[in-house]
Amino acid sequence: MIGALAPLPVLLPLLGAAAALLVGRHPRVQRAVSIAVLAGVVGVSVALLLIADAEGAAAVAVGDWPVPVAIMLVVDRLSALMLVVASTVGLGVLVFAVGQGTADGDEETPLSIFHPTFLVLMAGVSYAFLAGDLFNLYVGFEVLLTSSYVLLTLGGSAPRIRAGITYVVVSLLSSLLFLASIALIYAATGTVNLAQLAIRLPELPDGTQLMLQAMLLIAFGIKAAVFPLSAWLPDSYPTAPAPVTAVFAGLLTKVGVYAIIRTQTLLFPGGALDDVLMWAALATMLVGILGAVAQSDVRRILSFTLVSHIGYMVFGIALATTAGLAGAIFYVVHHIAIQTTLFLVAGLIERRGGTTSTARLGGLATASPVLAVLFFVPAMNLAGIPPFSGFIGKVGLLDAGIAVGGWQVYVLVGGAVVTSLLTLLAMSRVWTRAFWRPPTQAASADTAAAAARDAGPDDGAEDDPAGGEEPAEEPLPEGLAGGATSTTTARRTGRRGAWQRHVAVATAAPAGGEGQPTGGANGSRPSTRPLPAVMMAATTTMVLLTVGLTVIAGPLYGMTTRSAGDLRERTPYIEAVYGAEVGG
Amino acid sequence: MTPTIVLPVVIGGLYAAGVYLLLDRSLTRVILGFILLGNATNLLLLSASGPAGLSPIFGYAEAEEMSDPLPQALVLTAIVITFGVTAFLLAMVHRSWRLVRQEVIEIDEEDRRVAARKGTDADDMDPDDIEPGRLAPQDRPAGKGNTLHSDVDVEEQLAHRYGEFASDDVTLPPTRRGEQ
Repeated sequence: MIGALAPLPVLLPLLGAAAALLVGRHPRVQRAVSIAVLAGVVGVSVALLLIADAEGAAAVAVGDWPVPVAIMLVVDRLSALMLVVASTVGLGVLVFAVGQGTADGDEETPLSIFHPTFLVLMAGVSYAFLAGDLFNLYVGFEVLLTSSYVLLTLGGSAPRIRAGITYVVVSLLSSLLFLASIALIYAATGTVNLAQLAIRLPELPDGTQLMLQAMLLIAFGIKAAVFPLSAWLPDSYPTAPAPVTAVFAGLLTKVGVYAIIRTQTLLFPGGALDDVLMWAALATMLVGILGAVAQSDVRRILSFTLVSHIGYMVFGIALATTAGLAGAIFYVVHHIAIQTTLFLVAGLIERRGGTTSTARLGGLATASPVLAVLFFVPAMNLAGIPPFSGFIGKVGLLDAGIAVGGWQVYVLVGGAVVTSLLTLLAMSRVWTRAFWRPPTQAASADTAAAAARDAGPDDGAEDDPAGGEEPAEEPLPEGLAGGATSTTTARRTGRRGAWQRHVAVATAAPAGGEGQPTGGANGSRPSTRPLPAVMMAATTTMVLLTVGLTVIAGPLYGMTTRSAGDLRERTPYIEAVYGAEVGG
Repeated sequence: MTPTIVLPVVIGGLYAAGVYLLLDRSLTRVILGFILLGNATNLLLLSASGPAGLSPIFGYAEAEEMSDPLPQALVLTAIVITFGVTAFLLAMVHRSWRLVRQEVIEIDEEDRRVAARKGTDADDMDPDDIEPGRLAPQDRPAGKGNTLHSDVDVEEQLAHRYGEFASDDVTLPPTRRGEQ
């Protein structure tokens, strides 16, 4: 049973991507194909989760090779749970993207590329969750990263290329580190199979183990955006289209967290680097949330809270107790859903208000009460207000921390509480500015800004060495300066054009402003486009799902505790691999 | 079957050169650095199989004499991945050149503008409203300030001179334009 089901979360999206490419000329068919495929993956994942929870971990050796040599797909509670959450969130984002594509006439996301790439991304995510050896984990990472490069630079506008280059180079570096550590691990142990490694690694000298663990942690830390390695994330995520940012925020960093959980528990249970992880968690939480408080753009605020809340999961992992791991896994599930939802809502805010800058937004609560509710509920959930799953996850983690004790842990618990409060501050600032204040305030600020920009045509040239000499707009006497002046003015207008293009692209309309500066600036004015029904429906469903996490929190927490127990024990995973079904 | 000193030396050299190039601001050098690092890692993976033996073909050599085939399979996969990603990176750098006539890693302006706000009025200001002229020259985005000095001067001048052209030109503008 498992043998037939386990490869499907990888195979289905890959075949679906091929099919979606083939029918690229028929957008309707393509949408139907990709939605059907992801819905199928959700179904398969739920079935896998039910089987894994009932019968424990199981493994499939793909390709009919004998067990330690074969490519292993391992389904245990953790990976099945991750699969379910990831595919559900992916489906929600896909529906949102379809709604956005239909509403925009697909200017922003070239549809024929978007759907296949998105499906490949989902295949990569599933593969990373299922992979039973380090090298296939690497391949899964590469599949999802490569498609994420394409998604992040969709349309190829200047800001996206700028952000994309940072993202690609940083990701490549982490992949190379990962590959190098695989090489060293293979040289030391002669295998890359996780289960076999779990047996062979403890025989190595302590120093070697520590080096291998540190290399893996750094590689995964970059992918998961743990503090000293997180600077790339808030820089690159906000420029992408809303659905892309949403799925990145939800899934990509969490795959890194999953890899940390897997390798920390299975390969290096000794906890040699737990102290380092502990401090990294604290720094991630505090630095991330302070960054969020300093920002004034909704998407950037959300990107910083994303970094910050990774710290909670790392905290749970660093505790290295069953309760800590259970809290971390619950928090991963909660955070995937909540962060994706918030980024989708940010996409809706951008549509409704024409910008995501909190300085320009205003009056959205009266303009669109439904949107206000859609933002308020997940925002409070993220901040950890009592009835919601964010609160449950945080309490679980703090509880686990206090059970461990020690001054270090108490410092971290304090840091976690402060982070939670600051998250509330960041969220309530968005709320009061974008939703609560009367639109007139925002509008006046907006026109003032526009007036300031229009009034000073040569502001940009002020400390240019040549800038002091002229009020440039006056017609200069012919022949006075000749060619030199014409080149300086040309340069200045060119510069202004590029600047306004940038502002237009960065704030709102990625497609509009290129080439005509003024048109671009107008494009960023608050528009009152109605919100398309499909996008609203997709976002509402996601919000309901995050609330649903609260409702099923009891059983869910039970399951995360069981999977944390499996992880701490290690034997279920190893036994599953050695007793694997061959075939599939 | 004795271990060779050549591989470690080559790997070390490639890593050193790769890291050096990766730290450069020019994207072309970053790509070259990435290629070197990728090759170094592939060699490292290959050398993980131990001393070289005979080709691991069934029937051609005895099992003890073969070199380990698994790292070779891994390296093949890694080479393909590195190759594909390098091609994508090249395309992005080319796109960056066409868009802003600049192939250096650019500055995250949003970040600099947030940093340039005064602490007292930070809440009342929109980073978008801070004019680029207020930022220090090195903080300005490409085409609006001297982001680097000497070695990108040519790109700077090109970016300035052709700033008013629509950025998607397929053909480069005539180079003698400035003389009229």
